[in-house]
Amino acid sequence: MEIFLGYVKAFAIGGLVCMIAQIFINKTKMTSARILVMFLLLGVVLEFVGAFKFIEEFAGAGITIPITGFGSTIVKGAKEGAKIGLFESVTYGFRNMAGGLTAAIFFGFLFALIFKSHSKKV
Amino acid sequence: MEDKQYMDYIHTHAQKSSHVTTLVWAFLVGGLICCVGQAFGDIFKVLLPNWEQSKISALVSMTMIFLGSFLTAIGVYDKIGIHAGGGSIVPITGFANSVVSPAMEFNKEGIVLGMMAKMFVIAGPIIVAGTVSSVVTGFIYWIVELIR
Repeated sequence: MEIFLGYVKAFAIGGLVCMIAQIFINKTKMTSARILVMFLLLGVVLEFVGAFKFIEEFAGAGITIPITGFGSTIVKGAKEGAKIGLFESVTYGFRNMAGGLTAAIFFGFLFALIFKSHSKKV
Repeated sequence: MEDKQYMDYIHTHAQKSSHVTTLVWAFLVGGLICCVGQAFGDIFKVLLPNWEQSKISALVSMTMIFLGSFLTAIGVYDKIGIHAGGGSIVPITGFANSVVSPAMEFNKEGIVLGMMAKMFVIAGPIIVAGTVSSVVTGFIYWIVELIR
């Protein structure tokens, strides 16, 4: 039952985040690049002021699967690195991006080689 | 002048009805994608009990990016995106879509200057924003640690 409730919360908050993005798209005609950067920075700010972990405890994947989660892991890495030294403090944030970036770039490369573009059909 | 008024009329009224619809679509699709991510998180926690939480979440992101990339490659993700808008852009699968979609489209202009370069048309700003925030917050945390 508790697991089920977790999914309901993830759905509600995740949906809400996307709905806010849609409001910005409708009202300001922002392109997806700007939307993604804006929500990434929102995640960075929320993590930096310490609010992110409370939202994460409540919503789980509802806040970590949107790009806000990516922003949060960057700041988490930076915080972890700062305990070790200056070099680690400025590089560990990027280290936390490594998994996602590697996956996106590798699969982007792979699928672009294998599949033909569909953009003309739409 | 009358034509212009008529166009304004159509524009405002059409916008109103489609505005609510796009919000509902964004909510439903965005919520659903987050639930898929939640499910992968729960599954990986059972399958990999001795992995730490940060590694599990990175693995979930990578899995979602794989799914987003694959659905983009077979042409499904863009079809979802027509209705879902923000619901398909903001989740991490949308980031994957923003990498794979231009990579596929510009592949015909050559591997190096087409695919590899244009892959970052949308992802580039995200990587720059992420890297700059990483350095800035890291430096602030470092100074805070020094003062302590």
